[in-house]
Amino acid sequence: MFVKTLLAALACAGAVLAGGPAQAQPQQPAPRSRLTVATFPDLDRAARAAAPTWAKLHPEVELKIVSMQYADHHLAMTTALATGSGLPDVMAIDLRYIGKFAASGGFVDLNQPPFEARALREQFVRYALVQGQGPRGEQLAMPCDIGPGTLLYRKDILDKAGVSEAEITRDWASYLEAGKKIKAATGAYLMADASDLRDIALRQGLKDGEGIYFDAQGRVLVQGERFRRAFELGRAARQAGLDAHATAWTNDWAAGFKQGRIATQMMGAWLVGHLRNWLAPDTSGLWRSAPLPGGVQAAYGGSFYAIPKKAQNKAAAWDFIRLMTADKRVQLDSLRVLDSYPALLAAQQDALMDEPIAFLGGQVARRMWRETAAQVPATPVNPFDALATDIIRDEFEKVIARGKDIDAALADARALIERRARRRPGSVS
Amino acid sequence: MSRSRRFAPYLFIAPFFLLFAVFGLFPLLFSIYLSLHQWNPAEGLHTMQWVGLENYGYVATDPWFHDSLYNTGWLALVAGLPQHLVALPLAFFIHQRVKRGRDLVVGAYFVPYITSSVAIALIFNTLYSKDYGLINAVLAELTRIPLLGSPVAAVAGVDWLGDADFTKPAVAFVVFWRFLGWNLVLYLSALQVIDKDLYEAATLDGARTWQQFRYITLPLLKPMMFFAVSLTIIGSLQLFEEPFILVDMEKGVSHSVMTSAIFMYRLAFSEGDFGSASAVSWLLFFIIAALTWLNARLFGREARGEHGSR
Repeated sequence: MFVKTLLAALACAGAVLAGGPAQAQPQQPAPRSRLTVATFPDLDRAARAAAPTWAKLHPEVELKIVSMQYADHHLAMTTALATGSGLPDVMAIDLRYIGKFAASGGFVDLNQPPFEARALREQFVRYALVQGQGPRGEQLAMPCDIGPGTLLYRKDILDKAGVSEAEITRDWASYLEAGKKIKAATGAYLMADASDLRDIALRQGLKDGEGIYFDAQGRVLVQGERFRRAFELGRAARQAGLDAHATAWTNDWAAGFKQGRIATQMMGAWLVGHLRNWLAPDTSGLWRSAPLPGGVQAAYGGSFYAIPKKAQNKAAAWDFIRLMTADKRVQLDSLRVLDSYPALLAAQQDALMDEPIAFLGGQVARRMWRETAAQVPATPVNPFDALATDIIRDEFEKVIARGKDIDAALADARALIERRARRRPGSVS
Repeated sequence: MSRSRRFAPYLFIAPFFLLFAVFGLFPLLFSIYLSLHQWNPAEGLHTMQWVGLENYGYVATDPWFHDSLYNTGWLALVAGLPQHLVALPLAFFIHQRVKRGRDLVVGAYFVPYITSSVAIALIFNTLYSKDYGLINAVLAELTRIPLLGSPVAAVAGVDWLGDADFTKPAVAFVVFWRFLGWNLVLYLSALQVIDKDLYEAATLDGARTWQQFRYITLPLLKPMMFFAVSLTIIGSLQLFEEPFILVDMEKGVSHSVMTSAIFMYRLAFSEGDFGSASAVSWLLFFIIAALTWLNARLFGREARGEHGSR
């Protein structure tokens, strides 16, 4: 594998060396320049939808959209950052990679002139803007879409079990109790996987400026009460047989929705689009959206645009990013093609938010999502967040499947995270 | 001889050596260099930091590396050993008894080996599925048969790729299934060059099939066994694809099939620690070298063909 990566890096470098001069050579005082945007599906559809607008605004700059599969895109961008070559003018980054990429030092600080992103600060959902910030508060990426967390549930299944929405949203104990009733009455599982519950419960009570796994000084937080409680809740769900053992995005997960065996799912609001388009189109009208149980305000996912330091066409890149993120019309178009939720506050105030959603049985859900988005705490990302997520996931599995003691599991998780995080480049003297 | 003539041969062999230098030798040497550095590729080439052997110490004392070695060893034994224990007698049987349609039979066993791993992942993920899989459906049917019922019931409804008790056997089976045909072909080819006179003589002396297998086939197959087992050792210790595609990394349970190669991948691509990942690859190399050496010892000189041929 490792050798393969090196090969990929070499091949990449080779391609750039071969292609570089040829591109730069021909028209010296180029009447037209080119803007390269590297992105991934489905986000690329938003960029393509905005292409005609771009062509009207900037006929002199040709827009080139390079789209690769999600994992390939982020791997290619890692390679490009490593070698400093083959970098696009605008890079789309998923939330998962933002911490890692932000620490790379390979992006321009958009707060600096000539970009002055600070001036746009008030126009965006605050937590999403903070997610795009580097360790020293520099704005490295601008949010284009966000995922306000919601509890989606099958109204028909709940009705059959005689369970109300209030019961599944009041608090965690009530949510699990309702799950038992649903299971007894209909046979459906309350949730897809116990880890869904753990993930959301460990965000309970987070305040502005607090990290999920690390505090501002980089100390590991996983032995705190927050994690203990989340592990206990997850374990209780598993022990009561309330989860379908179906990890998100697997076949079993999709089949669970299609066959109505999963009664609720906590996820970003964008899941509605996935359910409608491919996961379970036949269940249209049966779903409803509710706030997350226990008053948790959380977000799932989100996409960003950033400008690499080595980008050729930074001015046009910034124009493009502003078009995609700060233009109300483009943001609403993105919502229409992607079912993504806009990060731009002005777009969130549009009349479109008051439209009923047919898939949710005509519910006016976007207004509720706006409330959620406004209340999600601004949580700074840490380059080791993804790693900590992996480690917590492994230890949680040991707790729910192998009966490992929660305190021991969290102590082990902390030791592992600290061990890995100590390897932060620069920390070795 | 003119100058150009003298250099011509080198020019002709240059393409291979150039490609080898760029795609074979350079990555190899670079990974040694990398294993002595700390480097996160996202931060650029200039951020490499010399750390000496620290990466090796870090990896050797890592609990995940230990887990991964255990998983690799477990899978190597449970998936590797049966490959040979089944392939050898099967090859003998096919060689002796299957005359008509032999190519078809051998081909059928060989197909898994050349099937794309993506197709294998799709098929086995479906077969192994807890609620919708064919394996569990068959097991559920079997529990209805009176005597067979109770032992089968113990594994009916198992979450094959979601329960840490079963992921390793499930993955081991796919590896076994995939490489059985390969070993079968190796052993068949070796059987075909054994002199038929030996069997005829043995038959005249009254040797039965089992005795022929034990005293003629097995000793003469020793060199091929050495070769096949060496390949299995090397392949097993580098095992990556099957566990990687069968058990989603997003599942907590994926830890139970995290082989050393997967650990290396995670270090490099999830954690961005390319130095330690290179160190893992070299530690693995030393382990493979040691085991191959041990294997050579076990089979003895003869099997390695060092003994002068007759």
